Amino acid sequence: MKYSALSVLKQGLTGHKGWKRMWRDPAPKAEYDVIIIGGGGHGLATAYYLAKEHGITNVAVIEKGWIGGGNVGRNTTIIRSNYMHAPNTHFYEKSMKLWEGLEQDFNFNAMISQRGIVNLFHSDAQRDGYVRRGNAMRLAGVDADIVSPEELKEMVPILDFDNSRFPIQGGLMQRRGGTVRHDAVAWGYARGADSRGVDIIQNCEVKDIIIEGGAVVGVETTKGKIMAKKVGMAVAGNTSQVAKMAGIELPIESHVLQAFVSEGIKPLIDTVVTFGAGHFYISQSDKGGLVFGGDLDGYNSYAQRGNLPMMEHVMAGGMAIMPAIGRVRLLRHWGGIMDMSFDGSPFICKTGVDKLYLNGGWCYGGFKATPASGWCFAHTIAKDAPHKLNEAFTIERFREGRMIDEKGVGPSPWIQ
Amino acid sequence: MHRINCPWCGLRDEAEFQYQGDATVVRPEPDASEEEFFRYAYIRDNPKGWHTEWWHHTGGCRQWVKVVRNTLTHEIHATGGPHDDLPLPEGDK
Repeated sequence: MKYSALSVLKQGLTGHKGWKRMWRDPAPKAEYDVIIIGGGGHGLATAYYLAKEHGITNVAVIEKGWIGGGNVGRNTTIIRSNYMHAPNTHFYEKSMKLWEGLEQDFNFNAMISQRGIVNLFHSDAQRDGYVRRGNAMRLAGVDADIVSPEELKEMVPILDFDNSRFPIQGGLMQRRGGTVRHDAVAWGYARGADSRGVDIIQNCEVKDIIIEGGAVVGVETTKGKIMAKKVGMAVAGNTSQVAKMAGIELPIESHVLQAFVSEGIKPLIDTVVTFGAGHFYISQSDKGGLVFGGDLDGYNSYAQRGNLPMMEHVMAGGMAIMPAIGRVRLLRHWGGIMDMSFDGSPFICKTGVDKLYLNGGWCYGGFKATPASGWCFAHTIAKDAPHKLNEAFTIERFREGRMIDEKGVGPSPWIQ
Repeated sequence: MHRINCPWCGLRDEAEFQYQGDATVVRPEPDASEEEFFRYAYIRDNPKGWHTEWWHHTGGCRQWVKVVRNTLTHEIHATGGPHDDLPLPEGDK
C-alpha cells in the first residue's frame, strides 16, 4: 500500500479502518540467501538496500527484541556530514545525500528536517580547527560555513554569548544538517524491506554462528537453526559478543551513552547547537521537548542506563551555554550501548570468516550513518567486496597503522 | 551510581574516579612480537558480565584501584590495589 495525501484522505473518510500492517510477522524459513543479525536501523537499511539495489530478496533480519528497540530509538536524532578525514567525509556525505531523498525513496514520513547544525567555537585555536575542518568539507563537496557571533545572535539568541569563561567567537555551520524522526527510520526501512520480500523475524536471538570449512553456513537461534549463504552482523553494542560466536576478536569496547528530553516548551531553538568547550549538544523536537546529550559515562557497560555524575555533567554543560534552560524540567532520560572502536571510526567489512560480514564500531555516531551504512553493507555483502566508500572501514586498519582517528585521542575508547 | 571502595580512602563516589580501562591487559616485554603489541594496544575481551578494570582515584589519593565490576548490572564485587589478585565471583564466567 502506497502512502500519499490521497490515502490519508481516503482512510480519514472511512474511519481509518483500512490501514494494513506495515510488515509481516513470518516464521523463519529453513534457509536464506542472506541473514542480517540485528533489526536496528543499520540492519533494516541493509536488508532494504540488498532488496532494492541488488535484487537479493531472500533475506531475513533476525532481531532478539523488537525492531527499533536499540540505538535507533535511543539517539538524539541528529544528522550531519561535518567530518574532516577523507573516508569519513565521503561516507557521511553519501549518508546525507541518501537522507535527502529517503522519504520519497521508501515512501514513509521520517520528518527529515534540514534545520542546520552549528558547532560553536570559543577560542582562536578552536576557530582555526573548525576553519580547517570546514575547508576539508568544502573540498569534498560538503557544505560548510563559518558564522559570526552576530549571525549566531540572529539564529540562536538564547545562547550565552558573553560567557566569561567560554565566550562564543562563532561557529562552523552545516546548513544541510538537521534532525530526523528516528523511530520512523526503522519503520520505513522495515516496511520497505518487507514489501520486497525480506522476512523480519523479531523476538529471535542468535545463539551461535555456524561455520564449516572456514565459511559461515547459518546461525543457531532461539527459533532453531537457520541456514544462510551469507551472514551480516549489525548489532551495535553487542558487536563483541556476536563476533565472539565466530571466534573474531575486535578492537571494540561497549560503553553507555545517555540522552535526555525536557518537558515540551514553546519554540526556543530551531537548529542543532553543539557546545565547543564541553560535550553538550541540543535541538528541539517538534513536540517542543529539548533533546540533548553529552559524553559517554566512561566505563564499560552493557546496561542500557547510565549514572548520575554524567547527568550532572551534561546539565552543567547546558547551563554554561544556555542558562535559560535551568528552569526547564527533565522529562525522560535513557542510555544506549555504544560499540566504541579504538579510533572512533566504524567497520563495514569482510571478516576472517568467509561470507561473514561485519557492520559495527559506530561509537556514538551511528544514527546519522544509517542510510549509507545499510547501502555500503548491502554492497559489501552482495559483491563480497567493499564499495569505495567503505573500503577504509576494515578491521585490518589497526594492524596496518591506517586508523581514522577523527578526534586524535588514540586507543582509549572511553574518551573517543 | 557506582560507589568504589578505595583501599586507601574507603568508600567513595564514582565521580572522584577516572576510568582507565581493562586491567587484565598486560604490557608485553620490549622484545615481544608485533602481534603481541597489536593485541595489547587494540584487542579487548569486552565481556558482558564481570570485568576487571582500572579506576584512577584522581579526586582522592591518586592511586590506581583495581575493581571487579559487572558490566551488565554495575555491581561491584571487589576492589584492591594494583598488585592484588582479585578473583571473579564463583559460578560466573
